[in-house]
Amino acid sequence: MAEEVRFDALIPLIIYFIIIYIIGFISMRYVYRATKREGKGFLKEYLMSDRNLNGFVLAMTLVATYLSAGSFIGGPGTAYTYGLAWVFLAMAQMPTGYFTLGVLGKKFAIIARKINAVTITDFLKERYESKLLVVIVSLSVVFFLLAAMTAQVIGAVRLLEGALGISYEVGLIFFAFTILIYTIIGGFRAVALTDTLQGIVMTVGVSAVIFAAISAGGGINNIIQDMYKLDPGMISPYGTDPEFLTIAYVTSFWVLVGFGVVGLPRVATRAMSYKDSKSLKDAIIYGTIITMILLLGMHLLGAFGAVLLPGIESGDLVVPKLTTHLFPNWIAGLILAGPLAAVMSSIDSQLLVGLGAIVNDVYANIINPKLQRTSLITFLSAIIMGAVVFIMAFDPPDLMVWLNLYAAGGLKATFLWPIVLGIYWKRANTKGAYTSIILGVLSFILFDIYWPTPLGMHPIVLTLVLSLAGFVIVSLLTEKPPARVIQKFWGV
Amino acid sequence: MKEDPRYKQCNKEALICVSLGLANLIWWFSWGYGLGSKDPSEYTFVMGFPLWFFMSCIVGALLFTVLTVVLVNKYFVDFSLEETVPEEFVVEDNSSDEESDDVG
Repeated sequence: MAEEVRFDALIPLIIYFIIIYIIGFISMRYVYRATKREGKGFLKEYLMSDRNLNGFVLAMTLVATYLSAGSFIGGPGTAYTYGLAWVFLAMAQMPTGYFTLGVLGKKFAIIARKINAVTITDFLKERYESKLLVVIVSLSVVFFLLAAMTAQVIGAVRLLEGALGISYEVGLIFFAFTILIYTIIGGFRAVALTDTLQGIVMTVGVSAVIFAAISAGGGINNIIQDMYKLDPGMISPYGTDPEFLTIAYVTSFWVLVGFGVVGLPRVATRAMSYKDSKSLKDAIIYGTIITMILLLGMHLLGAFGAVLLPGIESGDLVVPKLTTHLFPNWIAGLILAGPLAAVMSSIDSQLLVGLGAIVNDVYANIINPKLQRTSLITFLSAIIMGAVVFIMAFDPPDLMVWLNLYAAGGLKATFLWPIVLGIYWKRANTKGAYTSIILGVLSFILFDIYWPTPLGMHPIVLTLVLSLAGFVIVSLLTEKPPARVIQKFWGV
Repeated sequence: MKEDPRYKQCNKEALICVSLGLANLIWWFSWGYGLGSKDPSEYTFVMGFPLWFFMSCIVGALLFTVLTVVLVNKYFVDFSLEETVPEEFVVEDNSSDEESDDVG
């Protein structure tokens, strides 16, 4: 499928990539200075950028992180097939803008400072005081994140392939290399800053394309009527396949991509990395606005694409095809950076969470508590993780959106209740947390294999209900957490 | 044990966000399935969109964005998040004076 290489579209993208490298190198100076620090100092800079995110950067890095390839490539692609119903479904993600930061809130940020946590596992370790738990959780993080990252790398490289006409292999090398370099050298600071740049590019890009698409289609009215003529289901909340998009199934996405997002480590990590309470307030406001624009814009584009550009072989390519169709090549290149940015900003954060799991949670907590040579171990682990993803991405499966959602579900099953109950329920104890994690991950996988739509819903709903019930029952039946833990988390 | 006095305000803020989320879900569901379950040939249209979609997704998104901005500005209180409770800490809340001895 390799078409002719479009250099005029490639050049703006290359410039964009150069800016990202520059951000990486600027952040590297902070990381380099931090390598000289004692104890946890290095990791606090590398994984948390010294907890100094302001509201705008926090909002951008959060939005860019949770609106991943699923919402940006798979999402519009699926809207292309099912019509407005999938835009409707995507709006289940609307609350992430205020819900995630609001629920974890300042309490989580205060606790993170009290216990000097730089990863979610740090938090779990102090709250539930169990080394085994740390190991289980870290391994599940690494396992699920590798799957998610691979899926997203594949999506992004497809995008490059479709839009620029470069071969999959060249795209993969170019893309994976960039992410690895800036993440490894710059740490969380580089990730948050590039996310911000990427968030801005996405927002501007989506707005530009949606306006161009509406005018190319002769107004919303015309486009919707054409969709109706194509298939009346295109404009109904049940979509073109009412058997698939049932009320229960669509509504269950509020848990999968909406409320449940609180449990994603890459999201929760950000909830402890901001500077002060004003940052939080600003981030909720900016985050909600940007989420709204991006969700509506991206998914409407996919749905409109069904009549503007019918007959695309793979729905995943609807946004890049539409962009190159509507704009001259050099602008298209610039706009394409948007969805690409979405993917990059998810992958870089996942890479960092995975690194945190290996270096901070396993290495520093268990293998070498004296924290010698932490920076060297960090860089080595990053290179190995990157190489694994890179190799897996060479043999790509077809629809990446499900693979990505699968990984996200597993992470939510692991983290959601141990984090939320850990903050809000003093009675939550170690055995409860174990039950919740094991029950959650096991039931999610078993549902997926044997009962893919329990009670008509996405398996994540029943998984989270079960793991909550298990957590509460076991906690109540076993002893209270020790007073020192309660004092550490709740005391003054 | 004396509980960190900041937590009370934290809990209140979290509760606001949870309520906002649930209200958002109800709004989205009622308009979407309430009006969208008819046969598409009977839909009414606003600004080109079917009414169910317009109310559920477009108005819903705008409304809850505005609500978020208003509620956050009105009810979120600024204070230090550092390890030690700031001395000048005062919650602008009429019920913040008593000691909150807890059950845990």
